Amino acid sequence: MATKVLERKPLSLAEQTYLPQILGGMKITLRNMFKPPVTLEYPDERPDIPEGYRGVPTLVKDPNGREKCVSCQLCEFVCPPRAIRITPGEIDAESDTAHVEKAPKEFEINMLRCIYCGFCQEVCPEEAIFLQDIFSLSGYSREELVYQKDKLYELGGTLPDQHYKWDRKREAELAGNPHH
Amino acid sequence: MSTMSDDNKQDTVTIYVDDQPVEVPAGINLVEAVAVAGKEVPHYCYHPKLSVVGNCRMCLVEMGTPGRDRATGEPMLDEEGNPKIMWVPKPVIGCATNVSPGMHVKTESSLVKDCREGVMEFLLVNHPLDCPICDQAGECRLQEFATDYGRGYSRFVEQKNVKPKRTRIGPRVTLDDERCILCSRCIRFCEEVADDPVLGFIDRGSYTTLTTFPGKELDNNYSLNTVDICPVGALTSTDFRFKMRVWFLKETPSIDTESSVGCNTVVGSREGTIYRITPRRNDAVNDTWMPDSGRTLYRQVDADDRMTQYSIEGRPCAAEEALTLASTYLRNGRSAIVASGRLSVEEQYLLTRIASHAPGETPAWLVARHAEGDGKLLSADRNPNVRGALVTGLIDRIPEAQLSQLSAALESGKVENLIVVGEDITQAGISIDQIKKANVVYIGAVHCDTAQYAKVEIPLLTVFEKAGSFINQQFRVQKFAQAVPGPKGVLFGLSNFTQLLAAVSDGKDRIEPSPAAVWTEMAAAIDEFKELSFSAIPSTGQLIPADRFADLPFVEGKSLHFEPRTAVADA
Amino acid sequence: MEWNELLLIVFKALLVLSVVMSLAAYAVLAERKVAAWVQGRVGPNRTQIPLLGGIPIIGTFLTRLGVFQPAADGLKFLFKEEPTPGHVNKFYYLLAPMIAFIPAMTTMTVLPFGQYVNEAGEVQPLVLANLDIGILFILAVSSLGVYGIVLGGWASNSKFPFLGGIRASAQMISYELSLGLSLLPVFLWFGGSLNLFNIVQGQTDLLFGFLPQWTILFQPLSALIFLVALFAETNRLPFDMPESETDLVAGYNTEYGAFKFGLYFVGEYTHIIIGSGVFVALFLGGWNLPWVTLPAGLFGTVLSVLIFVIKMLALVFVFMWVRWTLPRFRYDQVMTLGWRWLLPLAVANLVFYAIIIAVIEQF
Ligand code: SF4
Ligand code: SF4
Ligand code: SF4
Ligand code: SF4
Ligand code: FES
Repeated sequence: MATKVLERKPLSLAEQTYLPQILGGMKITLRNMFKPPVTLEYPDERPDIPEGYRGVPTLVKDPNGREKCVSCQLCEFVCPPRAIRITPGEIDAESDTAHVEKAPKEFEINMLRCIYCGFCQEVCPEEAIFLQDIFSLSGYSREELVYQKDKLYELGGTLPDQHYKWDRKREAELAGNPHH
Repeated sequence: MSTMSDDNKQDTVTIYVDDQPVEVPAGINLVEAVAVAGKEVPHYCYHPKLSVVGNCRMCLVEMGTPGRDRATGEPMLDEEGNPKIMWVPKPVIGCATNVSPGMHVKTESSLVKDCREGVMEFLLVNHPLDCPICDQAGECRLQEFATDYGRGYSRFVEQKNVKPKRTRIGPRVTLDDERCILCSRCIRFCEEVADDPVLGFIDRGSYTTLTTFPGKELDNNYSLNTVDICPVGALTSTDFRFKMRVWFLKETPSIDTESSVGCNTVVGSREGTIYRITPRRNDAVNDTWMPDSGRTLYRQVDADDRMTQYSIEGRPCAAEEALTLASTYLRNGRSAIVASGRLSVEEQYLLTRIASHAPGETPAWLVARHAEGDGKLLSADRNPNVRGALVTGLIDRIPEAQLSQLSAALESGKVENLIVVGEDITQAGISIDQIKKANVVYIGAVHCDTAQYAKVEIPLLTVFEKAGSFINQQFRVQKFAQAVPGPKGVLFGLSNFTQLLAAVSDGKDRIEPSPAAVWTEMAAAIDEFKELSFSAIPSTGQLIPADRFADLPFVEGKSLHFEPRTAVADA
Repeated sequence: MEWNELLLIVFKALLVLSVVMSLAAYAVLAERKVAAWVQGRVGPNRTQIPLLGGIPIIGTFLTRLGVFQPAADGLKFLFKEEPTPGHVNKFYYLLAPMIAFIPAMTTMTVLPFGQYVNEAGEVQPLVLANLDIGILFILAVSSLGVYGIVLGGWASNSKFPFLGGIRASAQMISYELSLGLSLLPVFLWFGGSLNLFNIVQGQTDLLFGFLPQWTILFQPLSALIFLVALFAETNRLPFDMPESETDLVAGYNTEYGAFKFGLYFVGEYTHIIIGSGVFVALFLGGWNLPWVTLPAGLFGTVLSVLIFVIKMLALVFVFMWVRWTLPRFRYDQVMTLGWRWLLPLAVANLVFYAIIIAVIEQF
């Protein structure tokens, strides 16, 4: 049996007057008064954003300034409130990044819908979308809070890249096959 | 097993898949047989409608047959008296092994698993990390089998091969050679089905590359089927490329309206927009193929000349107003109907019902659309549903391209009111002056000259926006479902027709605007449809008796799964 | 009476009034600050008076301390829109806050807050009106305050204020008794005098040369009962039945806003301040310090006032301290405590001291 019967001791006379408890409580509150406040005075002081914090989802570029998103639309698929909407597009064959072939023509995140679950970041195969440390958004209209691609890149900035997958791909392309 | 020896002579045999007995049709291969047992043999190069080449080795399984004593020919038995299984010492490829009675197959043994892991590893060695930009992702056999049967991590640290990417090999097909797993399905398709062998491999080993023969292009009208059968994203449709991920697409069964073949299709749409049309397997009609030309038909939904507004003499009006005026015409004076072979059976039937309420004789015509058939999946009759009009009794002859009778009748004033459904009669020998003479009600999906001079315009839904059925050249009733909602303001489903019917009959003849309700009526009225209902039509269609029309000179020639009646064809 | 004498009285009255009023205002600030400190917060720290707040270090310090907050609050109360709900009984609705405010202010007239020793060595009280029955006056007038609350609750003509009003009347009547009874032994002790000044003076001397003769030391039980009843009378937690914002929205003043609410607010804090003053005068030796004799003259006077005010403010602090420590009693607990415990205890206390005093007087 997981239940445990607790014996309730009858209150002593002192306890019945309630006074010792009051004094005990007052001792605690008095001690508290001399502790430093825990308040974070928000707009003046900024919180330390801990590692792994899930702020506003943003699009990032790699250190070479290449937009990382290839509009695979996995984030759009996984997003529980369907906050993301992507119009995929093809990269022009003349472009520097022609070997990536695909990039979003339009990329919208409706910040009013986003629930900051971070699924998009987790699912992204290109490590292109990150929930970074921005936590306060405001706007005057609903439309304003549907962030477009340029805004998302502006918020996201550049993050270090571990793989340089596409750069290596191009190197391989330039090197060609040993066979030929 | 006692029944074993009998099986030899029958069209099914019993085999043992992982020790479970399964009865399968005789003569099929192990990939299909194991599928009957509800299990899967992963495969790339095998395609049920193409020849077997056995070059991908993904379908390796362990196989054994009951042994026979060489001397006596008697079955060998083990200690317990069961047949002794002589296992083939090495794994065999399932696609090239046909079933035989008593055959044993292991699809889950550790040897088989090792084989699959090995094959997957080799396939992935040079495979690019393209899934995020690959159109096949989500319906890619390589992805699926890599998760199901792959080892889960890569041991390959060297640089991957480089091959041509983003290559145009035809007007509608783009090739990415790095993704090709050299299964040769596309090559075989071009040879065996499309009769246009233009694809082949060059170079050897891991440098093998798919390409077109010098100076050739993959430009036949069946080229996009290679995209469908390519198990990976090597061949992609230039039209669909990068437009939408397949996992977003809602798949709706539909019918290709290009010709009376009636290819079964799947319409992929998302949020009311159609992105692509692909074939749906129907072994009695189109196997797994369809012509390229049928895949762009979805564009009519958003066509520039799409008509979406009810109007009277060019003035926009409410649907009820237009339909009431049309019914007023029909009830006063002599009327005639020009219907279309592109309407569904239900719509054609409702037109006969509407005509029956008009005073006097109400003749009806269809406009023929004839072109040369290609002997495969495009027949000479480019109307998908002429037989529907015959069966429902709307017409009783094979339609002609020119409406000379109607022209005369209009000229002489014998026809005062004309209902035109889905056809531009100015293209069929009717002059604009003649149209102006009569009260023309135009029901159609597009603006055309007829609409321009009609008194009443009523917008019509395209095949993607409604449900219904067609009857193809084999007299096979085939259903199609609604893929996307119709344009704003257009009455849904069959409402245009049922409301017109109700108005013409003074509210007496009312039918729900759904195919199911119309089918209930049709089953009662039409012999061929007896005992049939809309929901009872299987997804592969239902053949109906065609004897009533045996003497009609249909124009279709031979095509896939279709032989014209020789008597008629010769006549 | 001479006209200049009259002027002096008016001047004194205004002085005391403004001191008490600003004390009340700052009590509100103190309350918020104490609450913040107890809860580990910062409290009001933003309001700034332009020039004053701009002074480098001091200005910032004062701002952080929230010193300018009461001014802002006061202005806010004055300039806010004054809504009067349509369903109230207008006359009583407007009357109620005044009834709450005026008695609170009136009681301070008889509260002595210092002494003045003239050349003749006579000790004179610093008080607006040195009534012989001062304490009775205080009890009588301050208990009028309950009418303000009851009337407010009733005139608001809506559920929560009504319940608040009912609770207030029940609670005040219950504790009024104990309050009065707990005082009787004190008056007996000081020879039956009801004059507050005399009572304070009676606490000046040392007993046996070392024991300060503060009433609280001789009558701790009286002091305790009085204090508890005082909490109840001033509607302070744990006895804030009439307001109990967790179950009654804001109790009797739910329908009040702006200046009328301000009146209630200030009245309440005035009550606390005066109550603390009375307690200091009766039990904590008033302006006396043990073992110290105040010098004569002006200096002594200022010192006495200072001592008195400091003691009073300390007690006000205790009020706040208790508020932010204890949870609210349930209504039935309030009643039980008042009638079943405090009242019998007060009676017993009275009988006990009556006997003691009688015995002492025999010798
Ligand atoms: S964080 Fe979650 S809700 Fe927000 S965009 Fe990403 S997937 Fe959608
Ligand atoms: S998952 Fe990543 S790469 Fe794919 S669309 Fe979203 S942000 Fe772009
Ligand atoms: S073919 Fe399949 S595995 Fe290869 S990149 Fe495309 S989706 Fe990925
Ligand atoms: S392109 Fe596709 S179908 Fe053709 S060989 Fe390569 S993988 Fe097979
Ligand atoms: S499917 Fe059998 S070898 Fe390819």
